[in-house]
Amino acid sequence: MCEARTGAQIMCEALLREGVAVMFGVPGGAIMPFYYAMYEYRDRLHHVLCRHEQGAGHAAEGYARATGRSGVCVATSGPGATNLVTPIADAWMDSTPLVAITGQVSSLVLGKDAFQETDITGITVPITKHNYLVKHVAELPRVFREAFHLATTGRPGPVLIDVTKDAQQAKTVPDWDVTLQLPGYKPTYDGHARQIRAAVQLLGEAERPLIMAGNGVIQSGAAGELLAFAERTGIPVITTLHGLGAFPEDHPLSIGMPGMHGWVHVNRAIQECDVLCNIGGRFDDRVTGNAAKFAPRATVIHVDIDPSEIGKNVRVAVPIVGDARRVLLAMLEQMPPRTATAWLAHIRAMEAKYQGRHKELTRPDTASLMPHDVYAALNRAFAARPAHRVVTDVGQHQMWAAQLIDWRRPRTHITSGGAGTMGFAIPAALGVAMAYPDDTVWAIVGDGGFQMTNQELATIVQESRRNVKVAVINNGYLGMVRQWQEMFEDKRYSGTLLSGPDFATLAGAYGVLGRTVERQEDVDAAIARAWDHAGPVVIDFRVEREVNVYPIVPQGKSLSEMLVGVGEDA
Amino acid sequence: VKHTIVALVQDHPGVLHRVVSLFRRRGYNIESLTVGRSETPDVSRMTIVVDADVEQVTKQLNRLVEVLKVQDVTQDRTVERETVLVKVHAPATNRAGLIALTGARGAKVVDVGATSLVFELTDPPEAVESFIDLLRPLGIKEMIRSGRIAMVRGTQPATPSRPERPRAEPMAPPPTSWAAQADGQGD
Repeated sequence: MCEARTGAQIMCEALLREGVAVMFGVPGGAIMPFYYAMYEYRDRLHHVLCRHEQGAGHAAEGYARATGRSGVCVATSGPGATNLVTPIADAWMDSTPLVAITGQVSSLVLGKDAFQETDITGITVPITKHNYLVKHVAELPRVFREAFHLATTGRPGPVLIDVTKDAQQAKTVPDWDVTLQLPGYKPTYDGHARQIRAAVQLLGEAERPLIMAGNGVIQSGAAGELLAFAERTGIPVITTLHGLGAFPEDHPLSIGMPGMHGWVHVNRAIQECDVLCNIGGRFDDRVTGNAAKFAPRATVIHVDIDPSEIGKNVRVAVPIVGDARRVLLAMLEQMPPRTATAWLAHIRAMEAKYQGRHKELTRPDTASLMPHDVYAALNRAFAARPAHRVVTDVGQHQMWAAQLIDWRRPRTHITSGGAGTMGFAIPAALGVAMAYPDDTVWAIVGDGGFQMTNQELATIVQESRRNVKVAVINNGYLGMVRQWQEMFEDKRYSGTLLSGPDFATLAGAYGVLGRTVERQEDVDAAIARAWDHAGPVVIDFRVEREVNVYPIVPQGKSLSEMLVGVGEDA
Repeated sequence: VKHTIVALVQDHPGVLHRVVSLFRRRGYNIESLTVGRSETPDVSRMTIVVDADVEQVTKQLNRLVEVLKVQDVTQDRTVERETVLVKVHAPATNRAGLIALTGARGAKVVDVGATSLVFELTDPPEAVESFIDLLRPLGIKEMIRSGRIAMVRGTQPATPSRPERPRAEPMAPPPTSWAAQADGQGD
């Protein structure tokens, strides 16, 4: 095919060459040539029209996190591009492969404050793995190849491609025989042999070893290797928020989630362990608490594909730069069988003493629906119907979901972690539902986050995503902030009391089945009905309003200083 | 502790922005930063003097796609130079003494004005510093320093090689430095 093509056609063909089948976007002036070309590729390259560019970005993130492939979102210049900034930042914090394509004003007026001109490459420098401003049509094949390569290899992340309108319109005969021009980009995949030997020896001889599994285990597809390694060694496994699903929580070696809202026995185990092997986690401050007092007795092994994460927050004795799966395979080859029975029994004893993972919080003296009733019912439903994926938003409902649901499989727990972006869940659920039309996708969201991006329900309806079910944990507050105000700021509920429309009625206006649940005895039936309903559903769970997430490590405190109730030390 | 870092970067539009943005957002205090062409076409060489955790700085710089190589040369045998241009108040009466004084430090007179002289000195940064201290009492009207540039010296056979970095034996206490292993470039 030696035919001259427009830049916009080349962009479409480049996406097809990268295996892209669906993208999420909103058109506008500077990206119109791309949409013009898209029309002729519409059978192979499906465009989902979102209601807001932020929704398009989170939908692409949801798609990426559920599949492991790069999500693609599209926006025009100026406000279209700036509306993508939040999802790009979110993808950056959570290492999500994302290619964001934005239109830019014509190169003839670039730099002259033209209509809808914004320096989006400048704006996104700190929140992208890399970005491109393309002013010449001939560069497009190479730039697209590089963008997808960067987004999906090494430590995944977002890449933005800003294409001027005239580059989209100009014609050329595309040269697809592109070579990557990335001499400075050489991710390390295989761990250093000597460090791996050192790690194996430490883990073999430790009396109180722990494995902490993070996002990297899921991203590298290492869940099977992790299971094999844990079973070979009998070492208890902790899963971080983004590691949930990397190791089955119903496994005898799974002890739960660490950190600010982790279980007391998990945090105690971290403080007591003698060797801590973190695989694919970045020692976020929500995991470590006060980093200076984190795991004080432990020799730390840190496996991460990004060298800059090693030694950034926590002192590391054995650094292993590499892909989690390859490193685990190499460790498995050398690891002799061992057990840690006494240590595990000690942790289980602490679990029984302090707070079991299924301990119900004290029900206030009311007949109200407790959030925990909803999670218990969801957990029963998830156990009974494995074809599901769950997306959560940010706040109390997110922490309860992480704590109270038994996570079993990778890529079934999708949430906004590092950036903590409220409004993530509804559009991300759309993206997951596009990727997996046969799985039931549950979005669990607070009434605050739901009101930030629920306009994407319209997109869900337009795309006939019958498999999206929304559980709103509605307490009429920005609940996590309210909790902090209650605990640490003398109950000054400043800017946290939140009203809203009747969500069931709102859902109905979108053409979505809406239900309100206010009694504990109605929860299971509502979930079952939603699951079986051949269309999207919103259930408004009106829960007890002032329930707190416990346990909690107050900000800046060490993991040894947990509260399990108001003024109640663990 | 101040560190001198030499970085080779692709000569692309915006690459300086990426480097500076990184330093700004991570709170690394830049003492000086110079950029110029290197011996390789399309590759620029930066010399950065920074007061920060040099291991993190190096690793974060390496994350930038357009950064080709980063070296902390603080402990290496380097040639370091800085150029300063200083305009000094110099009425005709004391010019001769001034020129003799500065000439003794190796500075050149590069401009002669009615009441001022401009001196240029290219020297190791510490010598530049002391040259400026020398002129300060005389009344500096304007000054510009280029910032430090650095280059590792060539191999000198007579010089014994640097001692190796301490190596971690498996059960030994944490090594103080493991940058070389951490970036996968170790032995």
